[in-house]
Amino acid sequence: MSDIFADGKTASAAPSDGLAVLEQKRSTAETFGIPLAVLAELTHRCPLQCPYCSNPIELDRGGSELTTEEWKRVLSELAEIGVLQLHFSGGEPTARKDLVELVQHATDVGLYSNLITSAVLLTKEKLSALADAGLCHVQISFQGNEPQVADRVAGLKNAHEKKIEAAKWTRELDLPLTVNAVMHRQNLHQLSDIIQMAVDLDADRLEVANVQYYGWALKNRAALMPTLEQIEETSRIVEEAATRLKGILAIDYVVPDYYALRPKKCMGGWGRQFFNISPAGKVLPCHAAESITGLEFESVRSNHSIAWIWQNSEAFNRYRGTGWMPEPCKSCEFREIDFGGCRCQAFALTGDAGNTDPACTLSPMHEQIFKDAEREAAAHQDRFLYRNFAGGTLETEGEHGA
Amino acid sequence: MALSRNISVSEASRPKLPRHARLKFDETRQVWVLLAPERVLAPDEIAVEVLQLCDGVRSVADMVDQLAAKYTAPREAILTDVVAMLQDLADKGFLTEAREKTS
Repeated sequence: MSDIFADGKTASAAPSDGLAVLEQKRSTAETFGIPLAVLAELTHRCPLQCPYCSNPIELDRGGSELTTEEWKRVLSELAEIGVLQLHFSGGEPTARKDLVELVQHATDVGLYSNLITSAVLLTKEKLSALADAGLCHVQISFQGNEPQVADRVAGLKNAHEKKIEAAKWTRELDLPLTVNAVMHRQNLHQLSDIIQMAVDLDADRLEVANVQYYGWALKNRAALMPTLEQIEETSRIVEEAATRLKGILAIDYVVPDYYALRPKKCMGGWGRQFFNISPAGKVLPCHAAESITGLEFESVRSNHSIAWIWQNSEAFNRYRGTGWMPEPCKSCEFREIDFGGCRCQAFALTGDAGNTDPACTLSPMHEQIFKDAEREAAAHQDRFLYRNFAGGTLETEGEHGA
Repeated sequence: MALSRNISVSEASRPKLPRHARLKFDETRQVWVLLAPERVLAPDEIAVEVLQLCDGVRSVADMVDQLAAKYTAPREAILTDVVAMLQDLADKGFLTEAREKTS
């Protein structure tokens, strides 16, 4: 399989399908070529209040969002410079009244479009209109396999039921479906059932994504952090299911880096193969990058082109490659494998985005953080701080069943 | 329904790309690409030629006849290669089979 997004990690299968890994054909000078896929966060508005939301704590207000015409200009520019796929995300992208128009525009300029949605605002007519506009793929997030856990995590009544309905419409329209399941201490016990739910919904792919702890999730770390036993069980369940469901359901597994030995190659390396555009038009190396104070991010509303921002802006170049690295990264044999891990996590946990990600065992802070995680996981502090524009609302006492 | 995705490629198959797999020429990188959910693949010249023949109308037998004539190559060898390639693509979900409309 020549999967360029996967950094060629699956390319060793020696396929007879004549597909080659595009990345290997590129010269070193082209390493920072325009990304193949871009994430467009159309809005931060969302009817859900998930305590691990990947949006920043400082949410962009509706009034600051790019207009329909501005997004169309951005989509045209992205297609022109060589972006192939677009992920319409949020917040909740279907909260934008112009979504069908934007998907149609993406189709018109030749972009392959993916919808990343909570699905609770979808109707069958809306989804059908999106399919007619050329939408290629739908990804729906699930918070559990049944309403009791799922609706509580989402902070919205009847959310689960609506998601199930929308997933069925997706397949009725013959659109490929990805089920995205964000996993944490309070829903990991449902993993086997979630996998079965994905099969029953006739999904093509399942993402089992353990929560990554920055932004809202970091605020909720005590309520979300799994135990080490849970993680071991999770890996066992995923491994067994991936083998059993080969050819029926593809499973992507994102491990929680707190319990890993090596940090994740976050975003494939800062400014290497990914950027996203925030609701207000900022071009960001990752969706959490605005949490790093002291970095200035350029906007599509500036007089710079998107290609210029990608190639030349200070924020993208600050942590590109390996030149910025301090020890222990600088002399580490893995420096070009993980690129020092996640800059946002390094900033959130050490106060300096230029430090080694504490998820790495070589970080001087790793042991302390691992112990914190274990202690928090064992303490059963289950109350959520729900995500919203007001800076978060603590779950009502008693609702968490503790 | 999941089973409907798993096709077994034979000479009689009339394969086509599913709606979520798009074959296009990438002007920026000057290569053919196959776009699928969360994936961008780069088929080689032969794969592109075969994929372009997968229109849901032609059978694999027709495709092999056409390729054998074009490259004046032994039909059996081409058949083996084409079926293997198509089966591999089908197993990965990049190929489906044209079906008779059942109300």
